Amino acid sequence: MVKYIGKRLVYMFLTMFLIATATFFLMQTLPGSPIASYSKLNESQRAIVEKKYGIDKPKPVQYAIYMKNLAKGDLGTSFVFKGKSVNDLLSTRLKPSMVLGAQAMVFGTLIGILLGMLAALRQNTFWDYGSTFLAILGSSIPSFVFASLLQYWVASQWHLLPVGLWNDGWKSSILPSIALAMGPLAMAARFIRTEMIEVLSSDYITLAKAKGANGFEIAFKHAFRNALIPLITVLGPVTAGLVTGSLVIEQIFAIPGIGEQFVSSIMTNDHATIMGTTLLFSVFLIVVIFIVDILYGIIDPRIRLSGGKG
Amino acid sequence: MKRNKMLLLLALSLVLSVVLAACGGKDKTEEKDATPNKESDKGTEQKEEAGEPDAEQVLNLIESAAIPSVDSAIVEDAVGFNVLNNVNEGLYRLNLENVAEPAMAAEEAEVSEDGLTYTFKLRDAKWSDGTDVTAHDFVFAWQRAIDPATGSPYGPFMMSGVIENATAISEEKMDKSELGVVAEDDKTLVVTLERPVPYFLSLMSFGTFYPQNEAFVTAKGDAYATNSDNLLYNGPFVLTEWDGTGDSWVYKKNEQYWDAENVKLDTINVDVVKDSATAIKLYNDGKKDRAGVSGDLALQYSTHAEAIVQPETSVFYFKFNQEKDGKETPLANVNIRKAIAKSFQKEDLADVILANGSIPANFLVPTDFAFDESGKDFRDISGDLLVYDAEEAKEYWQKGLDELGVTELELEILGGDTELSKKMDEYFKAQLEGNLEGLSIKLKEVPFSVRLDLDTNQQYDIQVSGWGPDFQDPISFLDLFVTDGTNNLMSYSNPEYDALIESSKDELALDPAARYDAFAKAEKILIEDDAAIAPIYQRGLLQLQKPYFKGLAVHPFGADYSYKWAYISGKE
Repeated sequence: MVKYIGKRLVYMFLTMFLIATATFFLMQTLPGSPIASYSKLNESQRAIVEKKYGIDKPKPVQYAIYMKNLAKGDLGTSFVFKGKSVNDLLSTRLKPSMVLGAQAMVFGTLIGILLGMLAALRQNTFWDYGSTFLAILGSSIPSFVFASLLQYWVASQWHLLPVGLWNDGWKSSILPSIALAMGPLAMAARFIRTEMIEVLSSDYITLAKAKGANGFEIAFKHAFRNALIPLITVLGPVTAGLVTGSLVIEQIFAIPGIGEQFVSSIMTNDHATIMGTTLLFSVFLIVVIFIVDILYGIIDPRIRLSGGKG
Repeated sequence: MKRNKMLLLLALSLVLSVVLAACGGKDKTEEKDATPNKESDKGTEQKEEAGEPDAEQVLNLIESAAIPSVDSAIVEDAVGFNVLNNVNEGLYRLNLENVAEPAMAAEEAEVSEDGLTYTFKLRDAKWSDGTDVTAHDFVFAWQRAIDPATGSPYGPFMMSGVIENATAISEEKMDKSELGVVAEDDKTLVVTLERPVPYFLSLMSFGTFYPQNEAFVTAKGDAYATNSDNLLYNGPFVLTEWDGTGDSWVYKKNEQYWDAENVKLDTINVDVVKDSATAIKLYNDGKKDRAGVSGDLALQYSTHAEAIVQPETSVFYFKFNQEKDGKETPLANVNIRKAIAKSFQKEDLADVILANGSIPANFLVPTDFAFDESGKDFRDISGDLLVYDAEEAKEYWQKGLDELGVTELELEILGGDTELSKKMDEYFKAQLEGNLEGLSIKLKEVPFSVRLDLDTNQQYDIQVSGWGPDFQDPISFLDLFVTDGTNNLMSYSNPEYDALIESSKDELALDPAARYDAFAKAEKILIEDDAAIAPIYQRGLLQLQKPYFKGLAVHPFGADYSYKWAYISGKE
C-alpha cells in the first residue's frame, strides 16, 4: 500500500509537470498580447513595457523562470489585475466556487442515488419511469437553462431567494447549487439504477434473500455498496470540475467565482492567470482521482491496491 | 499501468481544453470596438431634474467587469477610469454639460501666447488622510506614469507628443525628471508642452493626469493601490470594501472633498454582473438602480417604460485592406471600395438589428462629440459623406470590375463572434450581394483577440472595426489613418490627407477655425474621395434606469460616469 501510494505520488508530480509545460507553450500560441493597450504604443515603448513584464525574454527562459517560481508555490503576477499575485486572485475567487460545487455535489449525488435506488427496486413502475424521466431531463437540459428557470420563477416571480450576487449569505448559494446539482443528480440516478438492477439479480443477493434478509437490508447492505463502484469512478472528475467553478452558472448568478476567471483570462491573454487556473484545476483532478482509487479498496476489498497494476 | 495512462490522457485533454476554450470562449460585451480597454459614452438626457433629494442617499449600481487597477499611472480600462474619476480628481473635471472645468485647479489655467506653457493655481484641497494636495503630487504622478520602470501603457500613450520630453523619457532616452511639468511652489504647477495642444485642458480631466501623494505611494511600495485601504482619495467619494480582485465594492462620500457640500449620495454599492439578463432581473427586483441592456436583448427592452438611450461616441466602420501578403487586393481599387461603401442601407441596420439607440453614420468623427469655439458641432461643419445609394454603387462596381478585368469577386468580411455581430454580418452579406452582381461574401467571425491579431498582420479583406475616442478632439479619430499609423493596418496612404493632419498639429494648432476646416477636408478625402473606410453606425447603449435616480453625468470620453451630482429623489 505504502509503495503504491509513493509510486502514485511520483506519477502525480510528473503529470503536473507535463501539464504545466504543455500549457505554458500552448498558451504562447494564443493570438494577441497580454497588454491591453498594446496598439497604442510605438515600437520602443512596447519593448519597454514587455521588458517590464518579462515577456521580452526568449520563451525557454520565461519557461525556466516560471517553473522555478512555481516550485516555490508562486504563480506569478496577473497581467490584468495589475500588481496582484495570481495566488491571491485564485484564493479569493476559489471559495464561492468551492462552496457551490461542494453543495451541488452532495445534494446532487444524494438525491440521485435515492432516485436510482428507487427506480431499481421498483423496476418498471411509475417510480422507475418517473426517476428515469428526471434523469434524462437532468442530463439533456444544460445547467444554464435550469439556472435561468430557477432564477425566473423562484427569485424573480416568487421572491423566495435572491436573483443573484454573493452578498446574502447561504441564501445566495441555494439556487446556483441546485442548478449545478442537476448534472450529478442525473448521472448518479442513471448509474445507480443500472448497477442496482444488475447486482440485484446476482447470486449473492439471491443467497441473502434465501437467508431471510429483509428488503431494506438487501438494498442497502448488499446491493448498494456494489452498485456504488462505477458511480465513484465518474464522480471523481465531476467533483473536481464542480468545485473549480462553472463559467455559466457563475455568470448567470453573478457569483465572484473562479470558473468565469478561467475563460476571461484566456480572452485577455492573462498568461499567469491562465497557468494558475489550469494548474489549480489539474491539481484538483489528480488528487480526486487518487482519492477515488484509494476509495475503491475500501468499498470493494476485491480490488487490490498493493499490486499497483490496478 | 492503465491508471497512469488515464492520468496522462486526462492531462492531455485538460491542456487541450485551454486551447479549445480560447477558440470557443465568448465575451459577453456586444461587439467591442478597437479600444476594448476603454469605452466612451456621451449623454445629455440626464440633466439636473427637479425633485428634492430623499433622506436616504444610497445608490445601487452594476459594473460590467472587476476593477483591474485604481493606480492612475497604470489604469488602462473603462472600469478603472470610471472608478478613478469618482474617487480622485485632476486639475479639471468634466461637468454635467461635459465641459472641462477647474477642479483641483482653483481657476482657469493661464496659457502662454504660443500655447506651450500652462500655469495652474491649485485650490486648497485635501487627501482623504487629511494631508494637502500640492503641485508636487501632480509632478510625482505624471513622472511615475511616464517612467519606463512603471511599465504603464497609458502614460506614454497620453503624454507622448503632448508633454515636453514625454516621448524621449518613455523610450529611455531621457530621465523622468526632464518631463515638462514643474511645481513652482506647493500651489503652482507649470506644464510645458511639446507643441500647442488645443484640447489640452480636456486632457486634464483624464485619469492618467491625476495626482498621487508621493509619501503615501512610496510608503506603500508594491502594495500601493492593491486594495481600497492602500489608496488615497481626493475625489467626491472614497473607495471601500474593495479587496483588489473582487466583484464588489462600495463608494462612500468623501468628507474631505473640497466640494463635499454638493455631493448628495452617501453610499454607492457596486456589484459586477456580466450577464445582461441577470442585470435586468436584479433591476426589476429593485436590487439595482441602473442596468445595461446588451445587444441581443435590446429589441425586447427598447419599449420598456424606464429604458433610456445613452448615446456613445464609438463609431463603427468597414476597414478595406488594400494589401495582403505583400500583394494588392481588389480593395486597392477605389471604385470597388466606393461600391461596397454605398451598397448597404444603414437605417435598417441601426433601427431593426441594433435597436439600441445606435444611429447610422456617414462620418468618422461622431456627432455630439467635438465642438468649435462657438459651440458648433464638428458634424455640422463636415456634413454627410459617402451615403447609401444602390444605383451609384452598381455603377462604381461595374467600373471597378472593368478596371480589374474580372466579372466576379469573392471577399471576406471579418467580424466579431457575438450573436449581434453575426446578425450584422448576415445583413451586410445580404445587402452587398444583393446590390453588387458578381460579388460573393464569405463571413469570418472570430473572438476579439483573434481579430486584433488578424488586423495587426493585415490578414483580412473587409473588417468591421470601431473606435472610441480618448480625448475630445477630432484628431482622436482622424489620426488613425495617416500613412503607417499604428492603427491604419490596411495600407491606406494619401499624402494630402497626411499633410492636412500634420498641419493641424503644427501651423494650424493655434487657429481653431482653420484647424477644423482642415479636419473637415481630411475627413472628406478619407471617406468621400478615397473610401478608405466605410462608416456604418455610431453606437448607442440601451439602459434601464429608475426614475428616482437623478443627476447622473454621462461623459463622451475618458471615464464613463460622474456620480458627484447624482442623487435619489422620490424613491419611497
